[in-house]
Amino acid sequence: MRNEILSAIEKNSRIDLKELAVLLDKSEVDVINEISAMESEGIICGYHTLINWDKTSKDKVTALIEVRVTPQRGQGFDKIAERIYNYPEVNSVYLISGGYDLLVTIEGKTLKEVSTFVSYKLSALEYVLSTATHFILKKYKDHGTVFAEKHEDYREVVS
Amino acid sequence: MRNPLSDVVTDIKPSGIRKFFDLVTVMKDAISLGVGEPDFDTPWHIREEGIYSLDKGRTFYTSNSGLKELKVEISNYMKRTQNLLYNPDNEILVTVGGSEGIDLCFRAMLNPGDEVLIPEPCYVSYVPCAKLAGAKPVSICLKAENQFKLTAQEILEKVTDKTKILVLPFPNNPTGSILEKKDLEEIAKVVKEKDLFVLSDEIYAALTYKGKHVSIAEIEGMKERTILINGFSKTFAMTGWRLGYVCAPSVIVEQMIKIHQFAIMCAPTTSQYAAVEALKNGDDDVEMMKNSYNQRRRFLVNAFKEMNVECFEPFGAFYVFPCIKEFGMTSEEFATKFLQEEKVAVIPGTAFGECGEGFLRISYAYSLDTLKIAMKDLKNLLQS
Repeated sequence: MRNEILSAIEKNSRIDLKELAVLLDKSEVDVINEISAMESEGIICGYHTLINWDKTSKDKVTALIEVRVTPQRGQGFDKIAERIYNYPEVNSVYLISGGYDLLVTIEGKTLKEVSTFVSYKLSALEYVLSTATHFILKKYKDHGTVFAEKHEDYREVVS
Repeated sequence: MRNPLSDVVTDIKPSGIRKFFDLVTVMKDAISLGVGEPDFDTPWHIREEGIYSLDKGRTFYTSNSGLKELKVEISNYMKRTQNLLYNPDNEILVTVGGSEGIDLCFRAMLNPGDEVLIPEPCYVSYVPCAKLAGAKPVSICLKAENQFKLTAQEILEKVTDKTKILVLPFPNNPTGSILEKKDLEEIAKVVKEKDLFVLSDEIYAALTYKGKHVSIAEIEGMKERTILINGFSKTFAMTGWRLGYVCAPSVIVEQMIKIHQFAIMCAPTTSQYAAVEALKNGDDDVEMMKNSYNQRRRFLVNAFKEMNVECFEPFGAFYVFPCIKEFGMTSEEFATKFLQEEKVAVIPGTAFGECGEGFLRISYAYSLDTLKIAMKDLKNLLQS
């Protein structure tokens, strides 16, 4: 039941819970209880909105930053990751396998704002060996949703 | 000048779905719940395989009965989904959609004057195809109180010495009704006793929402009497690829191949390569689509319940078949009113046989958002 609820609300967190109960053939009370349980267990961590900022007048720049760091004795990467994710500009921090260690995404108003953050704050951190910043030019698809125009119903009438 | 046309063909009535939709096309902003094909695009990995086959220049005919690789995958699929064993070499034929299979089956098996039992309401092809094969279609009127299931008794009432084939269209278009194992066992008894054959149209087999689909061919002694028709259209959202298949005893398949080879040659090659990928790696896609249909099905059944409109719970395909008798209108009048006043198109039950009178076919091959708007509109209509 939990997985069914999660896959439904992952795509539409605004779904009416009474309706969700009908769709999943469960009682409304059970659905509500299960959701609050998952909220308190930290399985459901928030309800966000997927926005295509390109279509708004607000300026926004997103960058992916590859960060190579020196792990610290006894703490591995956790301590340095914490120092990075505590910056409010930082959107996400992932520990990555492969050619570098941490993948950091950050959002800013302008290129300058982002590059200032990288050069003055991120690179300057102790244990950070190097960074490589990639600015996102266009988002085609995010969180499983394609940002292109919705395609029409091309189905024609047959017998 | 002589009459250029065949009497048999001119006697065939045009499809009732078409007739109604001529009204819809003139109305621009109408919402349609009329289409009987998946709203999903064919999963990308399947489309990609079709494109790749073109890239590689696989643009020739395949053998008449279909690509060997595809027939092997169909055989594997029948085994893993229904535990039915069909030999890919002589018991499987790849067709241009399930509908070609229906035509081939009738033409390969029926002699003039043979009778075909057709439970109605049902898909619109069986009656004309039986007539084109020179046979006599005999309707069995399914009853709402039986949830539109076919019963052994109903067969006995219509069977004659001339009856040769029983059409078994379950999961059913337009009612959404399914037959379970116990229902099939009763039917199988009569079929064996009366020495009939069964054309089992299982095109919606993968879209069953109550347990696993059971084919009548799984009942003991029935495989040799069953012509099982299935296809890729509904299961994998591949309607436009035009690909289906027939699984049947080799003596029948052999004759069907003759008609197929002279009339069609072979099913489209690109589609066959894509279909191999569908059967090999498409189970998760089917599951995803089925879950989505199931949620919409529950939504609609609940919506009718809340509006106090009589609607039995259908467990197959992607249709619900509510009863509108209490509103004192025929199916066609109701559907026309719904279209004109609320701009929602549904198909009158009578498009699927006269015993569909008093019912509407509502397809849920539409997004939940569309269904929600349509149900709100229906509520408006009923309140006015």
